[in-house]
Amino acid sequence: MKTIKVNVVTPDGPVYDAEVEMVSTKAKSGELGIMAGHVPTVAPLTIGAVRLKNGSNTDYVAVNGGFLEVRPDVVTILAQSAERAETIDLARAQAAKARAEQRLQNNDGSNDAKRANLALKRAINRIQIAEMR
Amino acid sequence: MLTSRPVKKTGYLVITSDRGLAGAYNSSILRHVHKTILERHKSNDEFVIIAIGRVGRDFFVSRNMHVELEVTGVPDQPSFADISSLAKSTVNLYLNELCDELYMYYNHYVSPIQQEVTEKQVLPLADFNTSNATLTSYEFEPNAEEILEVLLPQYAESLIYGALLDGKASEHSARMTAMKSATDNAKELIDSLSLQYNRARQAAITQEITEIVGGAAALE
Repeated sequence: MKTIKVNVVTPDGPVYDAEVEMVSTKAKSGELGIMAGHVPTVAPLTIGAVRLKNGSNTDYVAVNGGFLEVRPDVVTILAQSAERAETIDLARAQAAKARAEQRLQNNDGSNDAKRANLALKRAINRIQIAEMR
Repeated sequence: MLTSRPVKKTGYLVITSDRGLAGAYNSSILRHVHKTILERHKSNDEFVIIAIGRVGRDFFVSRNMHVELEVTGVPDQPSFADISSLAKSTVNLYLNELCDELYMYYNHYVSPIQQEVTEKQVLPLADFNTSNATLTSYEFEPNAEEILEVLLPQYAESLIYGALLDGKASEHSARMTAMKSATDNAKELIDSLSLQYNRARQAAITQEITEIVGGAAALE
């Protein structure tokens, strides 16, 4: 099967760099699967998992927003932060989740609640992905 | 974020270090910013300061200039997480029209012995050169406007992070150079003082011997 090069990049450096058969992401407008030979595309992503399928092997990367850029020869995912399933610190993610929930309970719909909500989403995403490995 | 609007308030993001002993690293940048502000503005209400680094913050606070946002204690090797909340709030200042343009001041790293004070306009994002850019026929999902809405704040934030890293590289090299010249000066001082000490010691010994010899000669 034809493969395509995938880069996941954050401001702190590259997180993932490999040839895969298919990339599945969660874009703002819905699920988006990319295989080799896709039209050049740009799409914003939501907090979610990036699934990188290569043969029978599937890698998971947790991304926090960012972008997907598809070029004829390479798929680049630019995110504010991203973690591979293997490197996620489950205990830390659970602590972050508890903290965010705590903050949501003590809050009354201000700007902080919005931020806590996002933090909660990120933590849940990381926990889910960590459990998939 | 691409179109400029009438400027009522200007934001200045100034990157300095937390500690001194870095030669002219902080003083040259603060002198430049201070001069520019005095030239451009008549009153303190026309601008806000965003300070990274304790030296810069103290400088502006002591001059009664309004420091809107500040970050101190940035580690020696900053990661994006250290600066992301400041970068986000800075971009939000612009989006909420609390400032209408944003300039960034930092020391650009040229070489270990040379740093250049650099002024860079971050917002509005004006310096796009689209005339000779090769526009690939991208498909935008869902559309170009929504992508720009997410992309531009991120771009501005990474510009700030890039400047911080550049500033940190300059800080480290400025500090290195300053410390090296301090070591050199101290070594020179030690050399000249040891020479002086040895001369004085030798003179004292010579004098003592002369006295003893003189005394012995007088006895005979």
